[in-house]
Amino acid sequence: MSDKVPVTVLTGYLGAGKTTLLNRILSEPHGRKYAVIVNEFGEIGIDNDLVVGADEEVFEMNNGCVCCTVRGDLVRIIDGLMRRKGKFDAIIVETTGLADPAPVAQTFFMDDNVGRKAKLDAVVTVADAKWLNERLKDAPEAKNQIAFADVILLNKTDLVAPDELSEVEARIRGINPYAKLHRTERCKVALPEVLGRNAFDLDRILEIEPEFLGDGGHHHHEHDDAHEHDHDDHHHHGGGLKHYHDEEIQSVSLKTERPLDPDKFFPWVQQLVQTEGPSILRCKGILSLKNDDARFVFQGVHMILDGDHQRPWQQGEKRESRIVFIGRNLPEDRIREGFAGCAA
Amino acid sequence: MSVTDTRADIPSVAERTRPLKAEAPVVAAHFLGQTAIFVLGEEALLFLPPAGEARTIPVHDGAILASAAEASRIVTGGDDGKVVATDAEGKSVTLASDAKHRWIDHVAVGPAGAVAWSAGREAFVRAAKGAERTLAVPSTAGGLAFAPKGLRLAVAHYNGVTLWFVNAKSEPDVLQWKGSHLGARMSPDGRFLITSMQEPALHGWRLADRKDMRMSGYSARVRSFAFTAGGKWLATSGSNQLVLWPFQGKDGPMGKTPRILAPAQPQIEVVACHPKQEVVAAGYADGLVLLVRIEDGAEVLARKGAGAPIAALAWSASGAALAFGAEDGAAGVIDLG
Repeated sequence: MSDKVPVTVLTGYLGAGKTTLLNRILSEPHGRKYAVIVNEFGEIGIDNDLVVGADEEVFEMNNGCVCCTVRGDLVRIIDGLMRRKGKFDAIIVETTGLADPAPVAQTFFMDDNVGRKAKLDAVVTVADAKWLNERLKDAPEAKNQIAFADVILLNKTDLVAPDELSEVEARIRGINPYAKLHRTERCKVALPEVLGRNAFDLDRILEIEPEFLGDGGHHHHEHDDAHEHDHDDHHHHGGGLKHYHDEEIQSVSLKTERPLDPDKFFPWVQQLVQTEGPSILRCKGILSLKNDDARFVFQGVHMILDGDHQRPWQQGEKRESRIVFIGRNLPEDRIREGFAGCAA
Repeated sequence: MSVTDTRADIPSVAERTRPLKAEAPVVAAHFLGQTAIFVLGEEALLFLPPAGEARTIPVHDGAILASAAEASRIVTGGDDGKVVATDAEGKSVTLASDAKHRWIDHVAVGPAGAVAWSAGREAFVRAAKGAERTLAVPSTAGGLAFAPKGLRLAVAHYNGVTLWFVNAKSEPDVLQWKGSHLGARMSPDGRFLITSMQEPALHGWRLADRKDMRMSGYSARVRSFAFTAGGKWLATSGSNQLVLWPFQGKDGPMGKTPRILAPAQPQIEVVACHPKQEVVAAGYADGLVLLVRIEDGAEVLARKGAGAPIAALAWSASGAALAFGAEDGAAGVIDLG
């Protein structure tokens, strides 16, 4: 459908195993060729034909919004790489351990030249099972990377005891209940779990449900409760995760079966991301709009929103609107109140 | 006036095209004498002499990231870390190799055979006779432009432009403006310096008093902009119409509205100004190429729009030929003599 080159962003705190994952991706016999954009160029050997060193230059846009940032080096490098289109099938961007994934993601929405030629596939975060708990306490970057992720590899599981592992997984879920999570040793994961995810593709927003992984498999858990993170029913999800509430980063999940009034909803959500953009890391929604037989889907990064009609509501499909915001110190009551006022 | 893309009712010179199909995307075009030279995305230049076959001249081992031409040679920068000069016979010499094998992001040619290039946060200048000089800038250089006279280079970067008198002992002058500056041009009279921004806008300075000017209203990042032959107008891409900013007065475009010509459905990707007349060639995202006379907005069809975006346009020195190239490798030279 699209000849845009998919771009996977690998994040993770120092030493978590990003380079291990990268080398695994590059060395498996998949027949695909990757262009790799790395930082800390030259420190660790990467065996690939196309490796580009980047500087992680985060540039503010001149539009009065402090959270509207792009990675200037990516604007330049992707333009350069596209001259060699045909020499590779996909691009992997490895960020430094201290990097904020948001400017990387925003580059694909803010720069029309990058957006025309490349598309963001997913943000994959590698987390160190042994040290993540510590980093979540002392490194805001580590927490950001977890909150922003579409896919999380909880790596080095062989170095921790089972209860420690459940503990760290519960901590991750307290921050980001929506990412796909895989427990790995030496980043051993089937590559389709990290590549070709289309996590930023509006057509692929199928459902918005928290992900719980307990017994090593994907286990969807149906919630009837509109409040995802502050409810009291501490189910034993699969392996029996504890339920943590992160002090700083939360997800706010909204749900309603009443159709939304587009003339109320869109101004409200625009206003919300305008004022709360710096605290909203990501958002995603499926909307049932008044007098509209098509599902409307949207997603966003900070104050950038991207949305479109997706497909008609199917027969027998429950027409309800679901939205999730993941962010830092979100004004949950105000968000719920505002959303409630958007019903038709 | 109705907006049409077929331009069926305007005069056409499209039938005077000598077409060519390059094996790689065309990223820029130049003329050396009567020979059209297409810069390909990877490795090579494609020479099309007025008589005789096209031939491919390999110049880089990888992508060609930047090019600039003067009367007798084309200077290119590649992701192989090399700066290469190629003459009209197709003879290439390597002018510089980056010690760290960094990408050569930008090149520029200046008065009296001076050449500039940049790699990351360093800009380099080499005069025809003289040593190589280096300037460190605060962030990766976004564009280079020589002043029309004297050995003076403008280096665009994040939050402004550094103006460097290459042979002066004094510290370089910094013109500040918030945001990422991605391309630079100096007006032919040397009075104005213009940059394109990461946002869909241009910024400018009147150098005499450092007065800022902002040119906005675009739908996309302005990736191509050029002054007309006499320097009266600045022609710009970034919109689905040809936006021309007036520079004839002492205040330049300050407080003035641009002239808007040649509207179409697709966006303008590239502009190139005629070397003598106030005529602009505009290349659109659907492959359309129009020649537009600024005085009355009269249009001539140079290429029908049906294909990949135009990526390169160049006039020969006399204005008797126009070369075009597209992202899919389609190219050609139109005889206007």
